Amino acid sequence: MPHFDDLLFLGASMSRYPLEGYREKCDTSVTLGTRFAKKPIELKIPVTIAGMSFGALSGPAKEALGRGATMAGTSTTTGDGGMTNEERGHSEKLVYQYLPSRYGMNPDDLRRADAIEIVVGQGAKPGGGGMLLGQKITERVAGMRNLPVGIDQRSACRHPDWTGPDDLEIKILEIREITNWEKPIYIKVGGARPYYDTALAVKAGADVVVLDGMQGGTAATQDVFIEHVGQPTLACIRPAVKALQDLGMHRKVQLVVSGGIRTGADVAKALALGADAVAIGTAALVALGENDPKWAAEYTKLGTTADAYDDWHEGKDPAGITTQDPELMKRLDPVEAARKLRNYLAVLTLECQTIARACGKSHVHNLEPEDLCALTIEAAAMAGVPLAGTTWIPGQGGF
Amino acid sequence: MQTIDMATTPLRELNSALQAQAETTNQTQWVIENPKGAHAVAVGLDAPIEVTVKGSTGYYCAGMNKQATVHVTGSAGPGVAENMMSGTVIIDGDASQYAGATGHGGLLVIKGNASSRCGISMKGIDIVVHGNIGHMSAFMAQSGNLVVCGNAGDALGDSLYEARLFVRGSVKSLGSDCIEKEMRPEHIEILKDLLERAGSDAKPEEFKRYGSARTLYNFHVDHASAY
Repeated sequence: MPHFDDLLFLGASMSRYPLEGYREKCDTSVTLGTRFAKKPIELKIPVTIAGMSFGALSGPAKEALGRGATMAGTSTTTGDGGMTNEERGHSEKLVYQYLPSRYGMNPDDLRRADAIEIVVGQGAKPGGGGMLLGQKITERVAGMRNLPVGIDQRSACRHPDWTGPDDLEIKILEIREITNWEKPIYIKVGGARPYYDTALAVKAGADVVVLDGMQGGTAATQDVFIEHVGQPTLACIRPAVKALQDLGMHRKVQLVVSGGIRTGADVAKALALGADAVAIGTAALVALGENDPKWAAEYTKLGTTADAYDDWHEGKDPAGITTQDPELMKRLDPVEAARKLRNYLAVLTLECQTIARACGKSHVHNLEPEDLCALTIEAAAMAGVPLAGTTWIPGQGGF
Repeated sequence: MQTIDMATTPLRELNSALQAQAETTNQTQWVIENPKGAHAVAVGLDAPIEVTVKGSTGYYCAGMNKQATVHVTGSAGPGVAENMMSGTVIIDGDASQYAGATGHGGLLVIKGNASSRCGISMKGIDIVVHGNIGHMSAFMAQSGNLVVCGNAGDALGDSLYEARLFVRGSVKSLGSDCIEKEMRPEHIEILKDLLERAGSDAKPEEFKRYGSARTLYNFHVDHASAY
């Protein structure tokens, strides 16, 4: 599948002037929510932690995400199932997801959030809801969701009290009224029709658009959905940016891109294509200790290996991250896992800065499509950058 | 008595004034005039105050209400009392779609009719509708009680969880996994209390109870045709 690996940065040369690595400043700060919110979110790095639910993840994992994100100066995000005290307590900046299920939704948590993310879609399953299997529905998880213990818990695919962007605009008005217009309102969409989805999100009143491509992970849908619905992240970014530019809202409504971000190069490429920040989910779990080789024997027992385990829906995770099993959960030390996540976020940022400096940029947001070329025709078309060695951008005419 | 005229007072100012009331406020009586279908009227309240809205409201009136009593003398637009946590909301007229959606607690009384998806995903709220309700009401309803003194439309209680549904009149059709259940003495007591609190003179014995067959609680391919 075409991905960020199919793009290369050109770097500086005779016609471009680089900045000195490790010495000259390359800013990474990001402000999200500058359009309407009284209290925008200030992040030190352009990498945030994506929404993943307590229920899908264990309590220690959610705590570790909050701790690690806080140490790195960025935000983390709740998920379906509501906000836990542990997560709120350990997250300096916490984004509260407003989902179709409204599990655990209440005005007190809305007010103690730092931002609110209205989830319309998810890259792994645009147009789909979720299914958290019964083995993860413990007493605590069920209690937060007002459901019986042990049932397969269905999350709806549509919001229960609005349909379409006109309604959503009114819904956002209600949320802003309840939260005194303080919180940035994000709208998260899956990578379906990014130009129109982004334009309509802006129309509905979003401060921030979160665009999740099909490489985004999940533990709550079918394989056929994951593999066959939605567009790759690479193909989604330029149409979304164009929508913002056409509306005169690029950089005024911030764009956060997620789905398959692994390295600082991926971060830099997403930013160069026009994103303001990225969000990571699966990569953050790996940083916490998911697929750690020290559990190799147990992964083998589950019929997989320590570098390929992704049966997160089953709740048998040897690393204690995607489980509600009390014994398995004990294996994850949230303090140590947070430190690993902090290190990972620092490396992503440093790598992104390294590339930005090489392209002569004093802020990572100064990266631009002109800094890129593509290795394949497909990637060139999707990213809207020239095929390497040519001036040809497939789909835009000329050769 | 505090009176706020929406013809001259912006929505933000109105909601700020209502939201600023503390548990111990002595300003317990509020009247809102000229709502004229405005959206998000009296949302996010969290104090034991009584708010009378003189007229009809737009979307999400009394959304996420806690403690307060909100009385709309006209009709209410979509999503009235959505995600209510506690308190009471009374609509003298009709209510549009999604009345009481995802409500966690409190009592919603609709003296007229309620449109489709009344009580969708309800999570503990009690809803009493004096008239009829539209199709797909109580879809994926999780807990709480929905009382319908009139008739219910198509697909009542589709994919229902543990909410109790009481209907006095006809039910056009039941949704997946929703069945009629025995009305036991404890249900009569629940119903009697709710009807009394909602100001209805309907007799509990005239109602039928519907609930979940619980066959769809865990996915099984044998039930695929039910979806």
